[in-house]
Amino acid sequence: MLGLARQKKLTAGPSRLVPVGLAGAAVFLLVGSLVSDIFAQQTVAGLAQGAIFGSLALALVLIYRATEVINFAQGEMAMATTYVCYQLLHWGVSYWLAFFLTLAFGFVFGLVTYGVFIRPVQHRSVIAIVIVTLGLFILIDGVVAWIWGADIKFMESPFGNKVYRSGGVAVSAQDIGVFAVSIISMVALWALFQFTKVGLAMRAAALRPAAASLVGVRVNRMLAIGWGLAAMLGAVAGLMAEPTQFVLQPTLMQPILLLAFAAAVLGGLESPIGAVIGGLLIGVFLNLVGQYVGFATSELRLPIAFAVLLLVLLVRPTGLFGRKQVRRV
Amino acid sequence: MPLLELENVTARYGPVQALHGVSLTVDEGQIAAVLGANGAGKTTTLRTISGTVRRDGELRFAGKPLANVGPDGSARLGIAHVPEGRGTFAELTVWENLRLGAYTRRGSAKDDFARVQTYFPWLEERRSQQAGTLSGGEQQMLALARAFMQRPRLLLLDEPSLGLAPLLVTEIFRIVRELNENEGLTVLVVEQNAHIALQLAQSAFVLEVGRVALAGPSAELQEHESVRRSYLGY
Repeated sequence: MLGLARQKKLTAGPSRLVPVGLAGAAVFLLVGSLVSDIFAQQTVAGLAQGAIFGSLALALVLIYRATEVINFAQGEMAMATTYVCYQLLHWGVSYWLAFFLTLAFGFVFGLVTYGVFIRPVQHRSVIAIVIVTLGLFILIDGVVAWIWGADIKFMESPFGNKVYRSGGVAVSAQDIGVFAVSIISMVALWALFQFTKVGLAMRAAALRPAAASLVGVRVNRMLAIGWGLAAMLGAVAGLMAEPTQFVLQPTLMQPILLLAFAAAVLGGLESPIGAVIGGLLIGVFLNLVGQYVGFATSELRLPIAFAVLLLVLLVRPTGLFGRKQVRRV
Repeated sequence: MPLLELENVTARYGPVQALHGVSLTVDEGQIAAVLGANGAGKTTTLRTISGTVRRDGELRFAGKPLANVGPDGSARLGIAHVPEGRGTFAELTVWENLRLGAYTRRGSAKDDFARVQTYFPWLEERRSQQAGTLSGGEQQMLALARAFMQRPRLLLLDEPSLGLAPLLVTEIFRIVRELNENEGLTVLVVEQNAHIALQLAQSAFVLEVGRVALAGPSAELQEHESVRRSYLGY
């Protein structure tokens, strides 16, 4: 059977440890929130921020699954779309209309980015694509600063500055709004992938492009739509990040992109649910560390987050939801 | 009327010429087999038809030239290609694989599924199972079922017997024959096992180093001296 020897890819599922660990973390957060009001407040704020990291991380994962590269420009694309929303508001468009117009712009932006910049180098080495995304990072940064200037801009917050109190816990309407909008966007995207024909075709195109084309799927078109959807989700992340940072400037998404990378890697890079959970964990972790660890000033939060990420990856190199690939010959 | 015509078709992988000018025709409603040794160009011949390899020469499907048609275009025209190694989506469920088969079709996949089920009744209870967890024979049948969801005019089958137990091979060839007889499906099958292929097909082509060396009705080829010695072993 020499001629028939074939390679078989086997995948090992995530270990039991991960669900147990996540359940433990959830219980810890719940008990902590019941015991301490401040803890509860920080947890809610952390979830809101984490949802933003999760959105951008999910965008990165979508691209990674389809194109097998990290799109380093994802954050800058999100930032540019946020400026588009700023411009629309400036012209007097109401917030939620501007929000959806911005999402539409983000989708087209993603499509065009894929068609113009990525598709020509798609079949080159991974390094070539990575360099193109780095170039895009610089290009978008420059174009935004050229159009709108590098100075700080202000946008109205869609959620107002109401604060809800229950007992001693104060939760801002903004945190709730940011969390809700991010999670709804991600669930909508999941439903699109899971339940629609185009979603199925996109998954097929990302998994096995050759086999997908044989059933009639136009693979390049599906990849383009994938880039569009990722940019759209990035736009949600940008629009939700802006009110949490209070100001709009070209560097808006840079710290968030770093944490989104961390979230995506923590989740296993190929796992959409991993990216979201990774984002939420990092968001909550950063807030709790900021509250309870004395030396963790805001400058130290990022290094601490990455130190913990490093530890996690030492124990689980494939991330929380990553699959170990075993090859059997 | 010929459904598929290849005239002097050549193909190459980089510097290696795989086909040196293959000419063959397959009539509508026929089962035709492509035989030949390893490396004779059997798989490549199928790939020129579905457009998964760069090729030159004349290819016509139902009278239309295929020259500028890629794999997704050929699927739209009604060519279903079940590649060697089956090309099922192991990560997706059985039902998702079947839905993908019906991708080029408009409307609900339900009617098509009902039709497919008459040939593969076991699919119903496995519909939410991950395709990768099926046995080799089941995966081959799923690949066939998926191709049939496309409602193709021409089915390209590459080595359906590969790595399967003899009983399963018989079962798969029985279903292919049923699809041909009941649904009028035209089939071009590549097969190492010349014995079973000549039993199934009405006509066959024997490839040798990228060319058609022999062609004719299966019954004639079965009697042919060199075919018997080289491929049938008696």
